Amino acid sequence: MNIILNIQRYNPDVDDAPHFKEYEVEVGPNQRLLDALMQVKRFQDGSLGFRKSCAHGVCGSDAMRINGKDGLACKTLIKEVAQKDGDTVTLEPLRYMPVQRDLIVNQAEFFKKYRSVKPFLINDESVAEKERIQSQDERMQFDDTTNCILCASCYSACPVLQDNSDFLGPAAIAQAYRFIADTRDRGFGERLAVLDQVDGVWPCQNHFKCTQSCPRSILITKRINQTKRLIEKHKQKKGDN
Amino acid sequence: MVHQFDTVIVGSGGAGLYAALEASQQSKTAVLSKLYPIRSHTGAAQGGISAALGNVEEDKPEWHAFDTVKGGDYLVDQQAANILTEEAVQAVYDLENRGLPFNRTPEGRIDQRRFGGHTRNFGEGPVRRACYAADRTGHMILQTLYQQCIKNEVAFFDEFQVVDLLLDGTTTQGVVAVELATGELHVFAAKAVLFATGGFGRIFKITSNAYANTGDGPAVCARRGIPLEDMEFYQFHPTGIMGLGILISEAVRGEGGILRNREGERFMQRYSPTLLDLAPRDIVARSILTEIRAGQGIRGDRKIDDYVHLDATHLGKAVLSSKLPDITGFCKTYLGIDPAETPIPVLPTAHYAMGGIPTDVHGRVIMDGTGTIVRGLYAAGECACVSVHGANRLGTNSLLDLVVFGRRAGQHIGDYVKQADMPQPNATAADEARAFIDRLTDGSSGPHGGHITDEMQTTMMEKVGIYRNQKEMQAAVDDIQALRQRYRSVRVQDTAKPFNTDLLEIIELGNLLDLSLLTAAAALDRRESRGAHSREDFPARDDDNWLKHSLAYLEGDTVRLDYKAVDTSIWEPKPRTY
Repeated sequence: MNIILNIQRYNPDVDDAPHFKEYEVEVGPNQRLLDALMQVKRFQDGSLGFRKSCAHGVCGSDAMRINGKDGLACKTLIKEVAQKDGDTVTLEPLRYMPVQRDLIVNQAEFFKKYRSVKPFLINDESVAEKERIQSQDERMQFDDTTNCILCASCYSACPVLQDNSDFLGPAAIAQAYRFIADTRDRGFGERLAVLDQVDGVWPCQNHFKCTQSCPRSILITKRINQTKRLIEKHKQKKGDN
Repeated sequence: MVHQFDTVIVGSGGAGLYAALEASQQSKTAVLSKLYPIRSHTGAAQGGISAALGNVEEDKPEWHAFDTVKGGDYLVDQQAANILTEEAVQAVYDLENRGLPFNRTPEGRIDQRRFGGHTRNFGEGPVRRACYAADRTGHMILQTLYQQCIKNEVAFFDEFQVVDLLLDGTTTQGVVAVELATGELHVFAAKAVLFATGGFGRIFKITSNAYANTGDGPAVCARRGIPLEDMEFYQFHPTGIMGLGILISEAVRGEGGILRNREGERFMQRYSPTLLDLAPRDIVARSILTEIRAGQGIRGDRKIDDYVHLDATHLGKAVLSSKLPDITGFCKTYLGIDPAETPIPVLPTAHYAMGGIPTDVHGRVIMDGTGTIVRGLYAAGECACVSVHGANRLGTNSLLDLVVFGRRAGQHIGDYVKQADMPQPNATAADEARAFIDRLTDGSSGPHGGHITDEMQTTMMEKVGIYRNQKEMQAAVDDIQALRQRYRSVRVQDTAKPFNTDLLEIIELGNLLDLSLLTAAAALDRRESRGAHSREDFPARDDDNWLKHSLAYLEGDTVRLDYKAVDTSIWEPKPRTY
């Protein structure tokens, strides 16, 4: 069928403001939205800018807003967004990050927040055995958060960031949880300074938009709430002493 | 703009990041990546990383080395295979100690599972050697290494595309790169340069590889006179999702999945009576194609796009969700089926380059058949050829390769740069790269790259695929030469400077065309069948004449082939049966 891609375009060299441009493409219902974008790029308009790489939902390059919802173009099938000839799919860049070109945004701030939670295993104890021992149950406590591909879909979907651009954001908190819930990690205290502040975990109001948008099915809102509880427990314990 | 670093690492997948971790501790290091670092294709590797830990049954590095050599149809350099498998054990422990969340045994140790071609006691039967984190092992390795780079404050230049290598005779001077954000050219002067740019599966139509896998490192080296080794050996993974090429991990068969033809027959018992569905990939891919050609594909029409079934229905939902969750997700997303209930339609997909930039076991690039080292130039990971994969790589050995040899190269660089002088590329260093880009963007009219890409991928898939012959490969060489001719008049459609991804893709296409030519020419020249290189006109392995590595030199529009010896110092080549 023939569908219309209505794509937000922006070239900082010549455009004062973003504008939309329509492209007609012939696609099958089971093709990826990314396939449609590649058709435009290769055979209609080489100037269209978007990021892409793995094309099957594991690298996180092609996150964008698709008919107003955040997700990956390579994990969205045409039939999910267009049913018949002439249907229009609107594509915009992710929110809250400066647009650099068409669908390409500057993710520096997103990665800065991610790095601020010290997203690496903190443990200076020497390893008694060859590997650190961990039960499969303990490993499963943080399993889903290890799937994060830092695509920033959740970040763009978060309504809190609309009013508070300093909010740490769902991805960074979920990645903090990935380590503080890991029995091998000893870095809770170090991360507390970032998590337990006014723009840390607390602005989250459980809108669940992050969870709904996550292409890796991470229960982000739940992990944020678990992080909040771990902080409260830690503070209570400290208070008791 | 000119930058100065002791060490420049090109590529930020597993090999590049591991080398960066090592080199940055001893030298001023920059990592250049055309993507954001965590977008690299290491993250798509699924099934596991092999090491003879012996956590669930007896195993030895020596058995692993033998399997690697036999799996590579004796074209593997055997001392290098020993290093790979001996250092594997500590490499896996190091990854775990740095936070990698491996699946665990009931005792809390790293769990291990079966994979193709990995056996106990020199081929007696399958062994559990692959350490894994669900079916996301590559993702976890990439994440863990990136996390460690953050911890160690490694300097990244994100979205920089390397377009040229600067050499002064046989000494490295640095690289030239385009900054995607601005379109500006940058010269990076460096004592040591490591290429870790990954594979080039995008020369083929159907591939498991990312769009980014365009072989930039090997192509840049080839244009600077460095030969590429064993380019005729390209692996087709037996099980890609029909039509899309998305990888369905060998781990599905490692956990008990079975390939079936239209009769429901487990056909691998006819081709590989001992290892069955866990035979090495070249054998399984050929078996699938043989079934399809005999009318035993699921449709039975003998067409090139007929397929077979990968049956995982008997594994149960629990195993699929705990050990193969991503595979389950891919099937649901792209095929609309649940592998717990419905067999997966699969076809071989272009997957892995055994060949690449020739190196020694320290990652140092070798520029000829006599072992001449290019001072300061290194390569590691899929873009390199050590050679530990020979004519066919075993599953899980790619992740192992990039961890072991990425780290070795990084360590060697750390020592090398201490005694090397900082090169001073002259003011004209970027001129050739600039002239090339100026031509692409000069505003004159010319064809766009889209159709050339399409034709190149179709030609390579149809004529230099799993089964090959003289006539088709000659036609492929001619086709690719004609496409390279057309490429000379290609122009960008995007005239803007910032984020000109059109320019980027045309640069990548140039690399793919050069690598297609080298691949097809090397394949045409090797008149035997070995590992992944199967010739219908020369169906037997010929050790008397062809037990040697090829070296393909790109000399303008021609390819010159030379050869060098294989290290067979441990195991005599034997007929390869499973």
